[in-house]
Amino acid sequence: MIEAKNITKKFRHVTALKRLNVSFGENRIYGLLGRNGAGKSTLLNLITNRLIPSEGFLYVDGMPAMENDTALGRISYMSEDTLYEPSVRVRRMFEWSKLFNPGFDTDYANGLAAKFGLDPGKKFGQLSTGYRSIAKLVATLASGAEYLLFDEPVLGLDANHRQLFYEELLARYAEKPCTVILSTHLIEEVSALIGHVVIIKDGTILLDRPAEEIQDMGFTVSGRKEDVLAWSSGKNILGTQEIGGLMLAHILGDRGAVPENLTVTPLDLQQLFIHLTNA
Amino acid sequence: MKLDFENGIPIYLQIADQIEDSILSGVFPEDTQVPSTTEISTLYKINPATVLKGMTLLVDGGILYKRRGVGMFVREGAKEKVRAKRRRAFFDDYVCALLAEAKKLEITPDEIIRMITEGAGK
Repeated sequence: MIEAKNITKKFRHVTALKRLNVSFGENRIYGLLGRNGAGKSTLLNLITNRLIPSEGFLYVDGMPAMENDTALGRISYMSEDTLYEPSVRVRRMFEWSKLFNPGFDTDYANGLAAKFGLDPGKKFGQLSTGYRSIAKLVATLASGAEYLLFDEPVLGLDANHRQLFYEELLARYAEKPCTVILSTHLIEEVSALIGHVVIIKDGTILLDRPAEEIQDMGFTVSGRKEDVLAWSSGKNILGTQEIGGLMLAHILGDRGAVPENLTVTPLDLQQLFIHLTNA
Repeated sequence: MKLDFENGIPIYLQIADQIEDSILSGVFPEDTQVPSTTEISTLYKINPATVLKGMTLLVDGGILYKRRGVGMFVREGAKEKVRAKRRRAFFDDYVCALLAEAKKLEITPDEIIRMITEGAGK
């Protein structure tokens, strides 16, 4: 388990994380969601000891994560930034990955590279944005680590390669159970894939729940504006939309009995996310 | 199999439903193996726990059974069982929905019966 306890991270004038508490349990797929600047990458960089918390502690399987090779060796992190020199060949990056994650499987990495059409003989400087993402995600998938962290893994990937990534991720997860943390903006694409949702807003955890509970958290009613307003008054309204005389209200909580003149539709993860993080 | 991520029906129920459909239509005959959790999970990009929940529902309902170390199989008599279950649900799932829509359109029950007789004759 990865635990973040009371984490505060301050940069010169900005407090990126504020007394944040969260844990990532074994063998589950987490979706780490948040708007730009919410603190997702900061959290991942802290877990992997690329940043030092201003306050608070991080633990990996009970061990302090800071400057701890055993703890960090259990994690493989695909960061959004590409930190490799443009002259580094993908093959070389795989060799380095093996130094950090002893369980790194070079044959598996080469097999994945072939599936994605990535030539391991190419240098990072020669790769497009999409192929830089692919090189990094292949290294993490093949790491053999217990914790696979992905920050925007599908950045620049076309639809075919995104599907292939999700497929390979699930195959890897089935083959050798691991904890996956997926930080992404493409919520619809991963909503059925993740088992647990963590939403960060303004440096704190806004929501931390099993994915299957999300659908029961809220709903959308639509109908004539007056009818919707009359019925939804006093309820926890996340947001409303109007088209002519028709109104949609997104509401948190149990729906209970809904009058016949209103139509109820489910509130999916993406809509819930948008309305929760808009406020 | 086709899953709809937007209709609000939980995905594990859709999976159970789709497997039942395939048993009814004979795609998965009795005593044969159904696709594994991993196969379904990777094909549709859904969490394996969700797939397992749908399969467990069918095991509990006596539709599938587990052969240790091999996988899930269609139980003998499963087709008849699914058919009986679907027949029981037919009134709620189809007749009630039909009547509700007819009411909105001001179609009387007599007119519905006439349409059904006409449709069945075609």
